[in-house]
Amino acid sequence: MEDERERIAGQYLRMQGKRLLFVAVLSFLIFLLAVGSTIIGSAGLTFGEVLSAVLAGIFPGTFSADPLAYTIVWDLRLHRVLFAVVAGFGLAVAGAIMQGVLRNPLASPFTLGIASAATFGAAIAIIFVPAALSGEISLVVSAFSMSALAAIAIYGLSRYRGVSAESMVLAGIILMYLFGAMTSFLQYTGTTEQLQAVVFWMFGSLQNTSWEKLALVTVVVGVATPLLVWRAWDLNALGMGDQVAQSLGVKVEQTRTLHMMVASLITASIICFTGTIGFIGLVSPHITRLAIGGDHRYLVVASGFVGALILLGADSLARTILAPQIIPVGIMTAFIGIPFFLYLFMRRREEYW
Amino acid sequence: MKLEVADLSFSYEDQRVLSGIDLEVGEGELVGVLGPNGCGKTTLIKCINRILVPGGSVRFGGHDVARMGNTERARLFAYVPQALSVGMAMTVFESVLMGRRPHVRWGVGESDIGMVSAALERLKISHLAFRKVTKISGGERQKVVIARALVQDPSLLLLDEPTSALDIRHQLEVMQIIRSVVNQKGIGGLMAIHDLNLAGRYCDRVVVLHNGRVAGHGPPSGILTEDLIRTVYGVSARVGREDGYPLIVPLEPVGSE
Repeated sequence: MEDERERIAGQYLRMQGKRLLFVAVLSFLIFLLAVGSTIIGSAGLTFGEVLSAVLAGIFPGTFSADPLAYTIVWDLRLHRVLFAVVAGFGLAVAGAIMQGVLRNPLASPFTLGIASAATFGAAIAIIFVPAALSGEISLVVSAFSMSALAAIAIYGLSRYRGVSAESMVLAGIILMYLFGAMTSFLQYTGTTEQLQAVVFWMFGSLQNTSWEKLALVTVVVGVATPLLVWRAWDLNALGMGDQVAQSLGVKVEQTRTLHMMVASLITASIICFTGTIGFIGLVSPHITRLAIGGDHRYLVVASGFVGALILLGADSLARTILAPQIIPVGIMTAFIGIPFFLYLFMRRREEYW
Repeated sequence: MKLEVADLSFSYEDQRVLSGIDLEVGEGELVGVLGPNGCGKTTLIKCINRILVPGGSVRFGGHDVARMGNTERARLFAYVPQALSVGMAMTVFESVLMGRRPHVRWGVGESDIGMVSAALERLKISHLAFRKVTKISGGERQKVVIARALVQDPSLLLLDEPTSALDIRHQLEVMQIIRSVVNQKGIGGLMAIHDLNLAGRYCDRVVVLHNGRVAGHGPPSGILTEDLIRTVYGVSARVGREDGYPLIVPLEPVGSE
């Protein structure tokens, strides 16, 4: 009897260990890929040149570097690589939260209208703001405010009939179609150039990253993620149904609303800079769940690492595969993520959702 | 600590479901809530747990349950719902571990893990510990949910037909476990239950609901009479005795309901 209990306790602890190992391996892979991704490119820099450029930037007095290499690394590549990591992390965290809160494997910022709202916002800016005034700012602000509006609308609509998972999913899907239709209408009325710009925005791209944008997104993701992880028990409990969750002490409606708002905020703050980068928020949590199970105390962060790896990998490929042409990263994410997902999906036959 | 329900009432929209319910559950006492389908058994359990918000007063250990925080209440009351959906595909171990949610901050300590292993053993489902809850039988799931309630370490167990999905052997096993937990830990138990014979055998007292009101309240042998069964269920029955417990043999429906 004692042996049996110890065996079970031991197995649980080993499971925890496996989860930590998963995260450790992922962070190592991300680091390697980040280094690789900073080196590769049409300028043909060597590892040594990149390393001294990085060091020269961090310790300006101590190290010196070739000015061209310095410019390429600091002004072009490094913030893009880091942005890919942070954005991939954030999108995957948002997806994991939405799937958990709504108990729905298809939930993601994209199936719930947050992203199509952002697209609509971008389309408005592209088509209506006069060319003289149309800078990036109007586009970013417009995209962000539309996704925020969508998040509030989902909450408002579902509030109307009780904040259940089903009503939120339904409200989200309705919004997705509504914003989709409005965007199509705008495209229909726009000029060819405007149409092109909207379509390009919808591909999603890391072309326009900067240190300022990186800082902003990092702050949002960096503040939101610990908050979400801290509330992970509530998310686990919600997975067992609202009434059970409540009987375990969870404030169900408050938790669902807070989590949806935070996940939407993360998403909006990323995609207003990049355009719609799909797929990561949907699939990273699934990959993670297949690998380490559904305990949100680990799932949320581990999904983030998976998302970071996928987006960084996709962007590295997008920059090199047709170099010097750069493919929009949104096109590549699916190509990178699907084989990964299929492998786990075929190998693990047991139910994981 | 004692559960005291006084003049409890509840309506869905404008349809009154419960009115004027009074009942008490003391320490070490198991009370059955009986009555036909739709009489308000499940609603009563949910009102006590404040999944639904009733009128009247519900007090536990002298404190008004309405004024407790969610976590505070979750440390006192464990709820075993009727629906057998267990939610997302997590392992049996993790599903049971969830019962520790009102007690832990974030990390899971050795004692939490120990409580889960002990509860699994008590319900004889240790061998399922790392199976997915979606891959086990209905009876096994019922035991998982009861195990979760046990690790919640409550002062009152609220059970909504905990035996309805089980075959007769598992029914008896589960009832014995509930009875022994209530006795050993000196906690209260309030259980909605359909099976009159199980109620008669394992409960100290029964409360019979009929049309949202209490139609009878007391020790099973005094309450479960042929007359009451005819009035409340619309069924003629023979009530005998077996082993000192009432033995009810339902015969046929009578009247027009």
